[in-house]
Amino acid sequence: MLLRRNVFIPVLLFLLVGGLLYSCDNTGMQTASVVPDSVSYNFDVRPILSDKCFSCHGPDANKREAGLRLDIADSAFKALQDNPTAHAWVPGKPEESDAFLRISTQDTSLLMPPLYSNLSLTSQEIAIIKKWIQQGARYEDHWAFVAPRKQAPPAIKKSAWPINEIDFFTLAAMEAKGLTPNDPADKERLLKRLCLDLTGLPPSIEQMDAFLADSRPDAYERMVDQLLALPAYGEKMALHWLDLARYADSHGYQDDGYRTQWPWRDWVIHAFNENKPYNEFVTWQLAGDLLPDASMEQLLATAFNRNHKITEEGGVIPEEYRVMYVSDRTDLIGKGILGVTMECARCHDHKYDPFSQKEYFQLYSFFNNIREEGIESVIGGPETYAKKPMMQITNADVANMLRFINKTDTGKMIVSVMGELDTIRPTFVLHRGEYDAPGEKVAPATPVSILPFDNSYPKNRLGLAKWLFDPKHPLTARVYVNLLWQEFFGRGIVKTSGDFGMQGELPSHPALLDWLAVDFREHNWDIKRLVKLMVTSATYCQSATVSKEKLATDPENIYLSRGPRYRIHAEFIRDLVLSSSGLLNPEIGGPSVKPYQPAGLWEGATSGRGLLSIYTQDHGAALYRRGMYTLIKRTVPPPALSIFDASNRDICEVKRLRTNTPLQALVMLNDPTVLEAARVLATKLQQGSGAPEEKIRQAFRRIVCRNPDAKEIEVLSNYYQQERTTMDKSTAQKMIRVGESPLPQQADMLEIASLMRVITAIYNLEETITKS
Amino acid sequence: MDKEIIEHGFSWNRRRFLSAMSIGVGSMALGSLLMPDLFSGTGMEEGWAPGVPHFAPKAKRIIYLFQNGAPSQQELFDYKPKLREMHGQEIPPSVRGKQRLTGMTANQSSFPLVGSFVDFKQYGQSGAWISDLMPYTAKIAAELCIIKSMYTEAINHDPALTFLQTGAQQGNRPSMGAWLSYGLGNENNNLPAFTVLLSRGVGNGQGVYSKLWSNGFLDSVHQGVQFSKGEDPVLYLRDQDGMSRESRRIMLDQIAALNEKSYLEFGDPEIASRIQQYEMAYRMQTAIPEVMDISKEPESIVKLYGPDCLVPGTFAANCLLARKLSENGVRFVQLYHQGWDQHGNLPYEIAQQAKDVDQASAALVMDLKQRGLLDETLVIWGGEFGRTSYTQGELTKDNYGRDHHPRCFTVWMAGGGIKPGIVYGETDELGYNIIKDPVHVHDFQATVLNQMGLDHKKLIFKHLGRRYRLTDISGEVVRNIIS
Repeated sequence: MLLRRNVFIPVLLFLLVGGLLYSCDNTGMQTASVVPDSVSYNFDVRPILSDKCFSCHGPDANKREAGLRLDIADSAFKALQDNPTAHAWVPGKPEESDAFLRISTQDTSLLMPPLYSNLSLTSQEIAIIKKWIQQGARYEDHWAFVAPRKQAPPAIKKSAWPINEIDFFTLAAMEAKGLTPNDPADKERLLKRLCLDLTGLPPSIEQMDAFLADSRPDAYERMVDQLLALPAYGEKMALHWLDLARYADSHGYQDDGYRTQWPWRDWVIHAFNENKPYNEFVTWQLAGDLLPDASMEQLLATAFNRNHKITEEGGVIPEEYRVMYVSDRTDLIGKGILGVTMECARCHDHKYDPFSQKEYFQLYSFFNNIREEGIESVIGGPETYAKKPMMQITNADVANMLRFINKTDTGKMIVSVMGELDTIRPTFVLHRGEYDAPGEKVAPATPVSILPFDNSYPKNRLGLAKWLFDPKHPLTARVYVNLLWQEFFGRGIVKTSGDFGMQGELPSHPALLDWLAVDFREHNWDIKRLVKLMVTSATYCQSATVSKEKLATDPENIYLSRGPRYRIHAEFIRDLVLSSSGLLNPEIGGPSVKPYQPAGLWEGATSGRGLLSIYTQDHGAALYRRGMYTLIKRTVPPPALSIFDASNRDICEVKRLRTNTPLQALVMLNDPTVLEAARVLATKLQQGSGAPEEKIRQAFRRIVCRNPDAKEIEVLSNYYQQERTTMDKSTAQKMIRVGESPLPQQADMLEIASLMRVITAIYNLEETITKS
Repeated sequence: MDKEIIEHGFSWNRRRFLSAMSIGVGSMALGSLLMPDLFSGTGMEEGWAPGVPHFAPKAKRIIYLFQNGAPSQQELFDYKPKLREMHGQEIPPSVRGKQRLTGMTANQSSFPLVGSFVDFKQYGQSGAWISDLMPYTAKIAAELCIIKSMYTEAINHDPALTFLQTGAQQGNRPSMGAWLSYGLGNENNNLPAFTVLLSRGVGNGQGVYSKLWSNGFLDSVHQGVQFSKGEDPVLYLRDQDGMSRESRRIMLDQIAALNEKSYLEFGDPEIASRIQQYEMAYRMQTAIPEVMDISKEPESIVKLYGPDCLVPGTFAANCLLARKLSENGVRFVQLYHQGWDQHGNLPYEIAQQAKDVDQASAALVMDLKQRGLLDETLVIWGGEFGRTSYTQGELTKDNYGRDHHPRCFTVWMAGGGIKPGIVYGETDELGYNIIKDPVHVHDFQATVLNQMGLDHKKLIFKHLGRRYRLTDISGEVVRNIIS
């Protein structure tokens, strides 16, 4: 075996290099992109201009060179400042278009972009611009800033395939690219995909049996409805929102003391479970305190905007930090709700998108009137776990109004929430974004290029929320629909889910995105309905198998001719391990917990102050909570989760990386959570009846969520026999000591330990932690 | 082999590579282990492939001895006899200017200057002044480039540390080691390219944060891997009791057999990549304990680094370990020694802190030199900002403190193509403002990248529409300190 593996690697390397040579000699030209017959400004030209030209000839008035602005048609067609007889673009005539001459010249002293910029245009990009000029140099509004329109689903050929509207759009794109959809996924794999996507948990044996046995035509839809009604649905859905809302259990910055924002997290789970419409969900979080007769629940929702880091470092300049908090909220609404990189306009006009620095601070001013301090207290006791403005929650409040909060003690609890000052704090444009360099005074307003602020709206956060849900708003619905699409399909229709601006990627299916966005709004922002639409589409239900041809023509599965196949999020890996072994404690919400963690991590990095300077691991049932309840100390986030790309919750995050590293292998092989789960499941199976093969089959079903085939059973059974015959008692004794759950009495330790190895191997299969 | 991958990867972009490839995609995953960004498409458009230097490098590896908390330059390297002369007198307003103060001294009614309690002497051909707290460092003065004119923009620890390590104060950016891993790839595929070692002195401490060794928006293989003392030097590295190497090998073979089967069924390149990651993990399990083992180091080495080097988790032990990691091809070894934040009780605390680090820092430089590695290894020593020339809190006969001071601080560099035996930059006679050759944090970072063969303006990563650099939007290479 050893020998085989060592040979495997050089052979692959040889093939790799050979493959590259081959590509150089023969087929390099085959796939060189061609200039489209009809050049689109939005899809072909603007991405080039934005990426290579706008930083000097774009929206930033202070950095504009030669008075030339190319992102707006009116300015771009004006006579040139330095040469009034010439124009950057002359429609139909590239040879007279000064900008074209400058990008295509051989003279490096005239060439644009200039050499020192380290930017250059490819010959294909130049050809696209040339053709665009030949075809009339027509500008178009940026797609994302024009309100979406619902177009009828397109005509398609393979008319038997679509299940719902989504499929018409995806199939039309596939047919245009010469792709055909995959067959539907088999029932077992489809169920696992669906359960992971709707609950973050693998299906149980009972769910698998019931679904496999259900031959009714609507069996799948019934399963969808059943899963949408489970409390675990709210937990699953909450996770992406916790990333977006940068939720954590510590204040961040240097001492990184403990905080109690978790009642807000419990509210988020509750809100998803009771299917609060998205407009209400966001309005409460942005402005719940400003609603008429605001309830405690509405006030609690505003903790959303106090989840940011708050300093407790003695000696800071309070205003410097207060400005950071307000900026953090502004950046969050930009990236998380509007899907634009608003933060770029904090220090100067945006380089690519039409947002001035003034507009940044107009948006900022909505969040600048909070009764908060840059530093309220240095690290200390329970009174520092929230910062003013804050709300107090008693057990009576929980019993009467806030039943969704899992409050486990009788003490008073404080949560940081939003609250306005009695007077208006003036807002100024801050020169270079610096707290001590105020300039022009500004009033609340929204970026005009997105949608001007309606004067009938109150000029506060409530008005801002109304603006977001204005039917004419071009972004809010698209951005959230795209975020959910990303959750289920692994890749957004707009891949850059946090950037719908000029530098963002264009939508792969623009008409579908718009259809979904308008449909979402027209159906009262109903999230469960939207989720159901996505997961019941034929597009979603395809098998994830990828043929060589599809891998070559569409490696990223942009055209969706196969089902999603992705490694699941960090927290759900933990959930899968605990759930399949039977260890999972399904309790919802409550204070975050401290499961097993390698020793010394907090202690090695701490300032030595505060509750979180030493990691005091929990015991008993708290060890087996879902991954989303693991305490997040921002400066030392939970390692097993971080290694699988969980957010560190420092700032708003809408898209996690999805990496594949050796450290991940080490977690799955050696994390006591995985080993204990293997031991517990092994014990359970060992004490049941049946031959070893049958036990292995059961373990495989619980973990991989399908029946193993003959080859898989053969490999694993042989492995079991090999371990069972060679393992000695002392090895077995050492192995089963892992974890704090009770050890089996009077059991066959060798059998358990051997089974434990087989089960650990199953946990380490690529398919186990993948939805496929 | 590695080199061939690089050379061919250079001229072919990912899409062509994928579409033209007539062989199993698993091999791509393998290439990406060594050069993780080679096929990611990033940077390709700019005519540069990650993993390949922009020009011939002077240094191949870096060891950064970060002195966390900000050591006082007035007590170590920036000799200011005038401060002793003016001891107890108010700092002239013309010197202080409009310098903003931290919340700790902003309300102080008086700002008396304080001369250093410790004496200085001159060493080496440059005549560098080094304090008596650093006797071992003084002996290697001929190897050092002492920069007395570093300055930064932040006045609190968290933002200043983050600024120095990531080029931005607010975090969420890749740190220097991550940029180098991204820019140059990994020399040794059994060890991570970027490792982090922590230690702590008895002085007033400030925490460190994992964001300081974050990969930011880069692939997480570029993240700094923390090596800690004890049986499990890298998280989850050690197999559980009862799992022998042979048993592990057998288990991995079963996993690989089933994963390969799955790869044949699904054709997803991620599966092939996962198979290879397990193999690398297996190799790391052998390679890391080997490199961590200092039991075979000769007596002369133990003597050089001092007896503390046998105590795991000390700065001295970490210096020795840093040498071993570096020698084994780890691109960037980042040490942090905590405890340099002397707001009060400075004379006692700084003497202890200096004692912790002096011998081992000097030993590391000498050790690299005797192995012929100093030319290709850049060693950096310094903190995140400087300290004030006036006292914080009460000035008593034998006690005082110094507050944070961003306007000037001292770092030293050795090896890696940096001029040895020079002092660069100058502060005024009160050690408050720079009067000659200022070096901004971004200049410093640009210079470090330059020594590694990277142009800081070209080492970019496009994220959310913007091209990011370690040096953000400024920075000039300090040519005068390069040999």
